Amino acid sequence: MEFLYYFDEVFEPIALMLLIGGTIGGLILGATPGLSPTMAVALLIPFTFHLEPAQGLILLGAAYTSTVAGGAVSAILLRIPGAPANIATAIDGYEMARRGRGALALQLSFLSSAVGGVIGVLLLIFLTPVLARWALAFGPSHLFWLAILGVTIIGTLGSGSIVKGLLSGCIGFWLSTIGFDDILGVQRFVFHPVVSGGVNIIPALIGLFAIPQVITIFAKGRGRTDLEVARVASHPIGAAIGELSQRPRALAIGTVTGAIIGLIPGVGGQIAGLVAYDQTKKFSRNPESFGKGEPDGVIAAEAANNAMVGPSLAPLLTLSIPGSPTAAVLLGGLLIHGIFPGSDLFERHPEVAWTFINSMLLGQILMLVFGLYIAGAAARVAQAPQQVMAAIVLALAVFGAYSVQHSMGDVYVMAFLGVAMYFLERFGYSAAPIVLGLILGPIAEANFVQGAMIANASVGLANYFFSGWLNLTLIAIVLLSIMFPLVRQLRFGGTVGAAKI
Amino acid sequence: MTCIQRLLPSAIIAAVGVWVAYISYTQEPADAFLFPRLIAAGFVMLAVWDLACNLLGASVPAPGMDATAALNLAPGMLVLLIYIFWGAKALGFYTATTIAVLTIQLLYDPAPRHLFRAWGRRCLITATFVAVMYGLFAKLLGVYTPKEFFH
Repeated sequence: MEFLYYFDEVFEPIALMLLIGGTIGGLILGATPGLSPTMAVALLIPFTFHLEPAQGLILLGAAYTSTVAGGAVSAILLRIPGAPANIATAIDGYEMARRGRGALALQLSFLSSAVGGVIGVLLLIFLTPVLARWALAFGPSHLFWLAILGVTIIGTLGSGSIVKGLLSGCIGFWLSTIGFDDILGVQRFVFHPVVSGGVNIIPALIGLFAIPQVITIFAKGRGRTDLEVARVASHPIGAAIGELSQRPRALAIGTVTGAIIGLIPGVGGQIAGLVAYDQTKKFSRNPESFGKGEPDGVIAAEAANNAMVGPSLAPLLTLSIPGSPTAAVLLGGLLIHGIFPGSDLFERHPEVAWTFINSMLLGQILMLVFGLYIAGAAARVAQAPQQVMAAIVLALAVFGAYSVQHSMGDVYVMAFLGVAMYFLERFGYSAAPIVLGLILGPIAEANFVQGAMIANASVGLANYFFSGWLNLTLIAIVLLSIMFPLVRQLRFGGTVGAAKI
Repeated sequence: MTCIQRLLPSAIIAAVGVWVAYISYTQEPADAFLFPRLIAAGFVMLAVWDLACNLLGASVPAPGMDATAALNLAPGMLVLLIYIFWGAKALGFYTATTIAVLTIQLLYDPAPRHLFRAWGRRCLITATFVAVMYGLFAKLLGVYTPKEFFH
């Protein structure tokens, strides 16, 4: 119950203000199609430089939580998921809105998001100390394999093509080695002076997530893209609570599915929402009503994608392994404040870790309160002209990348990576494994070099990295994470995920 | 997606992979390139596999680029590149941002270009946005940018 000691930190005026600001901003950003939670968090990082680490994380955590929930607004009212995590919500949410039950759909989505989110954060609270104690058993070889695992899971599950996903991970690893070698101080792969100090994580994150979105809007051209918002009639919140209480099965399936999927590194909210939707449909007495405005579909999907948020941070805070691309961006936010997550995070910086987690708990409640009141306004923001969004995101990306080190070189690196990523995405490569490789590269290298030194002085390299039950288990999971999707792809000839529902 | 579209990105990535491998295995001191060598081996192997899949037409289909999208994005991309690689430093961040934001709106706004009201809206959005950015970065966060506003 250590977390209770740090609860008052969340109620300090600045922290509370940031929490409220992050929640409202996140809801609006989440409702805006094309602005993903990962991009929103990446663009917010430069604003946290001048804040205390805990305050910065409160802002990022609030934005993460509420962008996922805010994505439901455009999914329900516009049939455009604000984020990939809201794809399943759009199926029945929009149908409900079309039949004049939009207010109920929005209320159910925020209520189930809050229930799922609170349970997810409680899981994070009770799981992290256990995981942290368990992580103490990890040596350099285990941490090396864990870093590799983080990239292989996101590379294979998060991409359409397994080879391209893994290749993207390799590109990320390579980018992380550019610049000075930490141990011998030798310059590596410095093909231009702007990368002589290495590729800074924050400009790279901004470039990889924000610039492709901007260019995607450019590629749509001048065509009128005004969106029609489904009309929302007022609906009493008490009735929505009553409706939710009559549907405990969908809520339970969504929450449990989301929490379990959140713990698996790299799987993410999109899969959580879709799997929960699918399971709820299978266990429903009226499976034929799904897709025709069934409230259970909205409840399960939203409970799942918010229940996933808390557990997805557990591997990040205890093992430095981000569970999702957004968690990878949060890791970048931690690192720039000089905070290195790991087994001893809760001993070295308990006030930062617990304040952050507590703020996420309170953030779920705030998200519910504000979500119910500003859903209509958020939907109007979602109608903002795309060309305005592109111009704003581009300028924010430039200012954000520059403000990291006051260096034009960072802006050039951001732009280069962003433009390259747009084209790479068009040809099937994805940003998430590159980001994971870039962030986990230094962790993998440091532990590989440290492990090699220990191995050379003792049992030898092969023995050190390929023996012991923990090493072998991790290697088996790495191989499984590659082989399972590969076999699935060869067998079914398709990709894992959304397309089937 | 045409064959060239499939092959070109894979070939470029394979070339980068080979270059990374070449540097990793030839540069000294070898200890500094221990990890890059490990990556390079996987990088080249996967890049060759990807290239082979594309050559044989066995790769997972990707959206690719079509002529319409290329033509649509070309003016915006030009503004983006000029803004970042020249404007921001030569004109100052705020002046360059003002021009870039207005130009992007002008290029991609579906409203007719001769419409006075549309011009008013674009200018208002640009002025408000740049004022917010100035207040946020220059005043609140204290980020000094090249040439600031009108220097």
